[in-house]
Amino acid sequence: MSIEDDELIKDFIVESQEHLSDVESQLLTLETQQDGVDVALVNKVFRAVHSIKGAAGFLGFEVLESLAHRGEEVLNRLRNNEMRPTSLVINTLLKATDRLKGLLDSLETSNEQDVTEHIVALERLLNDQSSVAAEPEDGPIIETHETPATKTASTKTTSEVSIGHSPQETESIGSAIHDAAIVSAVDSTIRVDVSLLDTLMTRVGELVLARNQIMQFTSELGNTDLLRTTQRLNLITTELQEGVMKTRMQPIGNVWSKFPRLVRDLAVICGKEVRIEMEGKETELDKTIIEAIKDPLTHLVRNTVDHGIEKPEVRRSIGKPVEGCLTVRAFHEGGQVIIDISDDGAGLNLDRIRSKAIEKGLVSQEQIARMQEQEIAQLIFLPGFSTAEKVSNVSGRGVGMDVVKTNIEKIGGSVDLQTRPGQGTTVKIKIPLTLAIIPALIVTSAGNRFAIPQVNLLELVRLEGEQTTKSIERIQGAPVYRLRGRLLPLVYLRNVLKTNVENETPQDVINIVILRADDRQFGLVVDRINDTEEIVVKPLSKQLKGVAVYSGTTIMGDGKVALILDVLGLAYASQVISKMRDGALIDPSGRAKESDGEPQTLIILGTGTSRRLALPISQVARLEKISKASVEFADHQEVVQYRGKILPLIRLASFLGLESKETAEDELLNVVVYNENQRSFGLVIDKIIDIVETSLQLNHPSTREGLLGSVVIHDRVTDLVDLPAIIRMIDCPLPRHLTANV
Amino acid sequence: MSTAIQSRASQLCTFYLDNQMFGIDVQSVQEVIRYQQMTDIPLAPDSVCGLINLRGQIVTAIELRKRLGLPNRPEGQLPMNVVVRSDDGAVSLLVDQIGDVQESDEENFEPPPETLRGSTRQLIRGAYKMKDRLLLVLDTEKVIDVTSNVE
Repeated sequence: MSIEDDELIKDFIVESQEHLSDVESQLLTLETQQDGVDVALVNKVFRAVHSIKGAAGFLGFEVLESLAHRGEEVLNRLRNNEMRPTSLVINTLLKATDRLKGLLDSLETSNEQDVTEHIVALERLLNDQSSVAAEPEDGPIIETHETPATKTASTKTTSEVSIGHSPQETESIGSAIHDAAIVSAVDSTIRVDVSLLDTLMTRVGELVLARNQIMQFTSELGNTDLLRTTQRLNLITTELQEGVMKTRMQPIGNVWSKFPRLVRDLAVICGKEVRIEMEGKETELDKTIIEAIKDPLTHLVRNTVDHGIEKPEVRRSIGKPVEGCLTVRAFHEGGQVIIDISDDGAGLNLDRIRSKAIEKGLVSQEQIARMQEQEIAQLIFLPGFSTAEKVSNVSGRGVGMDVVKTNIEKIGGSVDLQTRPGQGTTVKIKIPLTLAIIPALIVTSAGNRFAIPQVNLLELVRLEGEQTTKSIERIQGAPVYRLRGRLLPLVYLRNVLKTNVENETPQDVINIVILRADDRQFGLVVDRINDTEEIVVKPLSKQLKGVAVYSGTTIMGDGKVALILDVLGLAYASQVISKMRDGALIDPSGRAKESDGEPQTLIILGTGTSRRLALPISQVARLEKISKASVEFADHQEVVQYRGKILPLIRLASFLGLESKETAEDELLNVVVYNENQRSFGLVIDKIIDIVETSLQLNHPSTREGLLGSVVIHDRVTDLVDLPAIIRMIDCPLPRHLTANV
Repeated sequence: MSTAIQSRASQLCTFYLDNQMFGIDVQSVQEVIRYQQMTDIPLAPDSVCGLINLRGQIVTAIELRKRLGLPNRPEGQLPMNVVVRSDDGAVSLLVDQIGDVQESDEENFEPPPETLRGSTRQLIRGAYKMKDRLLLVLDTEKVIDVTSNVE
């Protein structure tokens, strides 16, 4: 018994007991079949003993194993009709069975116990060919003496732990009480169908709702006796709810127990040496969550061994211990469970990720250049990203890190990744304890109540008076709110849900619920913020599964049904997050950039009446004024002759679908000349307003092609132009842009 | 329901929609209840009109008039709930009015006429020729599977 899982041992005890309980009656039946045994019945006994043998061997209970092994051999003879089920044979088998039971009862000392007499007796049966016609005498076996542990109460067993130990067991003696708990677990546990627990959970959920309703009525009535009873009911319900939730809790070790083997096998396949260390495997989680994280965790562990940890020779050459170490840790923090998977391997190959991401068209060169290392590491969570250079059967079967991320997020969790080149990678997963009952914020929009899970909630903002009109600005019609200097996209719940859109009268108060979805923040504007409440999550019916903005339903205190909003679904529906998650790369929170954003010189351009655009000056070759008369057409494209070359002109405003203030009277065109790969392009703009030096903080990544996002420059919202993207679009123009150009 | 045969095919829970008589297998009906307050579901499929709290169980209500492409119920007329069982829990069908449980013999049954319009056709198993009118038998499973053919 080294580091084996207690859970595994408990299961082994329970299962073995079940096997043995049948064996006794089966053996007795066999004894009556002197003329020829029922082979099927012998097989049953054989399988029972065999599985005990197998499990005992696996768990390192050698004495148990050897005894089961001998019994199995005798049964084999019986099965092959090489032996008759005389009473001597059956007797011996029964005694051996009893002894097996005794060993199971005192499992922790089983390896020190003496079972020689049983083994000898069984072996005698095997060697004694005459036993085919054996005499029905009971023989010497009957005189066997039970060792104290065999049929004594568990108290005695425990005491034996502290007396009859051998040196090799010293470590387990330190936890004698713990072991006693295992022993008594046999008698004090029963197996329960999961569906029964699920039903129980549902009923408790209903009880919670009924309780909420009663509490509401009670407070209206104001009867003190009733109030007292209700408070008791409240208390009992809460305790019951906790109790039932506990029955569904399982230690995360249940998932992990497979990891040592997995890591060992993978390491062999990959020709690596890897050791796995596990901490906090007793950390408990709801069964449904355990199920949900099983695959993502396995995938991460697999990835780590396959990609994270270097080959032994590499490790030796850089002075690391030859054996790589994979650490899995789980612990509670702030009502959530954190799971860390870290290794001391090579860390992520950021250069490879960079080139891969560009090659796959997930991000532009431009974007990559601006990214912090940690942001680049996050790229591996993008759909369609897989750095595995060759598809091994270990990883890279199309299930990428994006699936890991999606699956974790589905259960309300989050994934974070930290990597240090040469030192290793840590993946941090945060998951809720349970999914069945969650704290939620209740809001009202267009007369309907909705629940928003607290996990997604960041803060609440209330705008009053003239703030309501002043502090909400618009970028191309999209409302934004300046939250401590950062632009926060606003989403009106009424609009997303298409309820009473026409009834959008200016309100005296604007309530903004600031939510986080997938690293992205946005403000959800609702009519009213009601309260926070513990809600019982009920699944959506089949008819509503397709509606992405809801994640479930619940019953409120007044007995009415409310829908639970799916924040990620809302973000997608309102296009705060585009499907490709491209915008997420710009780090909307600005966390990484705030402190060390590199100052850049920008040209501020004006277009239309009020819009401002910005271009990094580093991308600009010259600023020119070109006479309108010199503009010619080539292949439906406006061009001018410029320094002996043909310079294609791009009318920025119309290209981006913005209005232009340019009038027919203007003689000259303002042109920004831009060079790329020995080609030049001219951007036609309305006017140049200013040149400023600023550190870039992209707050509101744009979903519009050709724009990178918005920044605040001189207290004005300014769109940053993505020149390379524009050039790309010119190179392979989309019909929309073609018409815009001509 | 004295015999199995009787209850299996020939007992129908009937109800009215836009003055037409419809029926569903009585075996699939859990209960019939009067109008219940519903929670709106913005963005839900057209024929799904709300959620009902049925003794702690959340039941999705399907407006059968919409589902069958019939005109909307006149203002002020409250529908009744025919709660049917499904693999996915209970679903309520909103109808105008409840009729009797009808015994119908197979002789009078006919598959839907060819002239029946496309989308509705799949939802109707056939018609029983009653003395004075037709009783259209609905396929409960298809009716509640609103995602399969949303018009």
